Amino acid sequence: MDMLANLSLGFSIALSPYTLMLAVIGCFLGTMIGALPGLGPSNGVAILIPITFTLGLDATSALVLMTSVYYGAMYGGRISSILLNIPGDEPALMTTLDGYPMAKNGRAADALVLSGVASFVGALLATIGLMLLAPTLARIAFKFGPAEYFALYLLAFCTLGGVASNNQAKSAIACCIGLGIAMIGVDSSSGLPRFTGGNMHIMDGIDFLVAIVGLFAIAEVFFFIEGHGKNSSIGVKLGKVRIPWSDIFEVKWVMLRTSLLGFIAGILPGAGASLGSFLAYMSEKSIAGKDGGFGTGVPKGVAAPEAGNNAAAGGALVPMLTLGVPGSGTTAVLLALLMTLNITPGPTLFTDRPEVVWGLIASLLIANVVLLLMNVPLVSFFVRILQVPAWILLPGVTMISFVGIYSLSGSYFDLLLMVAFGVLGYVLRKLDVPTVPVILGILLGGHMEDKLRQAMVLSEGDPLYLLTSTPIALGLWIAAIVGFVAPMFLRGVLKKPQRVTD
Amino acid sequence: MSSDRLFGLVVLMVALAFIASATQVQTSFLQDPVGPKTFPILIGVVSAISALVMIFKPDPDPQWPASRTLLNLFIALVVLIAYAFALKPFGFLLPTAVTAAVLSYQISPRAVPAMLTGVGLSIGLFVLFKYALKLGLVPFPKGVFG
Repeated sequence: MDMLANLSLGFSIALSPYTLMLAVIGCFLGTMIGALPGLGPSNGVAILIPITFTLGLDATSALVLMTSVYYGAMYGGRISSILLNIPGDEPALMTTLDGYPMAKNGRAADALVLSGVASFVGALLATIGLMLLAPTLARIAFKFGPAEYFALYLLAFCTLGGVASNNQAKSAIACCIGLGIAMIGVDSSSGLPRFTGGNMHIMDGIDFLVAIVGLFAIAEVFFFIEGHGKNSSIGVKLGKVRIPWSDIFEVKWVMLRTSLLGFIAGILPGAGASLGSFLAYMSEKSIAGKDGGFGTGVPKGVAAPEAGNNAAAGGALVPMLTLGVPGSGTTAVLLALLMTLNITPGPTLFTDRPEVVWGLIASLLIANVVLLLMNVPLVSFFVRILQVPAWILLPGVTMISFVGIYSLSGSYFDLLLMVAFGVLGYVLRKLDVPTVPVILGILLGGHMEDKLRQAMVLSEGDPLYLLTSTPIALGLWIAAIVGFVAPMFLRGVLKKPQRVTD
Repeated sequence: MSSDRLFGLVVLMVALAFIASATQVQTSFLQDPVGPKTFPILIGVVSAISALVMIFKPDPDPQWPASRTLLNLFIALVVLIAYAFALKPFGFLLPTAVTAAVLSYQISPRAVPAMLTGVGLSIGLFVLFKYALKLGLVPFPKGVFG
């Protein structure tokens, strides 16, 4: 079968000692980064991008390293969620609901191992889904013309803002900020500068890496300074780490169901791991009913969101690889990585550079296994990492960000821009304006405008072409509008459960 | 005035400036039907509408930090800006040590650990980046060590 042949191609690349080593390093780094509160997958991957670039790794190796970091960070996020009740990133919020109570009941080690296994199952099933689904979707993507792509980008922006935030106007503003920044620089079609004010430094436009590192990492430093590094020390003891086989057996159906749900949630552009873990938790809670004991520290309550969010993370890779539209914040950063490496995701990726895609998929499978093997014995080591105080960690993170960005361009102007983005990120987060749409806007703004113009050229100025070019375009437009408007009405119905407070 | 209203107002001003600036963009003679002005103007209009919504329906205010903390944040900001300017003429080790120390002090105000952190991070990161990852970092300012 075609897929097996491709898979063996992928494995032949992925199983080379060099790539394996990179995968292990990536998983290790990623778990540490994900475990440290305040860092999270997006920040970690963002800070590492300039460094990966300057290391001069070739495309496949860089991709293997960064996706291992990505998956590792997802695994790592649960460590601080369960032990500290501080979600490592947004999807980990659901894990705190049952993970922390379970830890307080003295079953911290069980919770950690259980979530490790659930994450493995979710990620494995998602990777298999990716293998099956991606080539088919790539073939459909060939039919996408500029109008379809424009509608797809619109869908991503509308759903990303809509689902993740509480206030539609703020998400709209965030998207527009990102798109507006993307407009700065020389216009691709006409070759004339826009919004540069004659400043040579921004003639080239604003580099998305500068924006990402500034918005995520530098803003984090400001938040830590504001909070005076108040990090509650670990209030729960770890105890002996053993594998809770009975619990694992008990939750097997939960894991399968939530993986499927998470995978589908992840595929939708704009929705991502957060939605996956949220849907997984809520659905399992209603299936378990009142006697399920969700919220008091039940194994199902830990397994469900973990499997869900890892499956969603895998699912988010599907639209990113096949269509070039990120399914979540972290995949947006991965997209940035691909663009740095000069790889254009999309249907052509599968035909022109199959070794990249299949090598990536094979290494994802390997990374999943490596992570599972590493996590169970190394849990106590990672817990010790959490003891690193914030006043060493954050200056370190800042300096690494500076070095990373400086090594890319050597220009002090980019560093200034990065600090400016840091301030912007701080203000935006304070005001509850989501920052992920800003990143997405900077990444995709140019493409979105290009597609709009191409579509107009094809239709010779008829704006209705955007809607009517194919039924796909119309469907995407409807989905976009629904995705933007619906949360305003559903907000009362789907209430986000609040964090467990001590 | 609530923070949201203030932010909405700022965004509105910026959006209007954006639209005005967009109309000034030079257009070449070889042009597609949309042109380089349309998309920016579209974005500006959407931002303006959203900003108006924010002004008329503001969310409750977030917790802005106390003035002492604001001062800390401001110092951190100034140090970071100075770092950006200082990196080229002064090399890597000195500015990094100073910046890391100041940031560490801001997070946890103990002078000696902060200074140790600064120096430690500076040297440690330099070794890591220069020898482990082979990035080209200049350790000292040009005049000092040849």
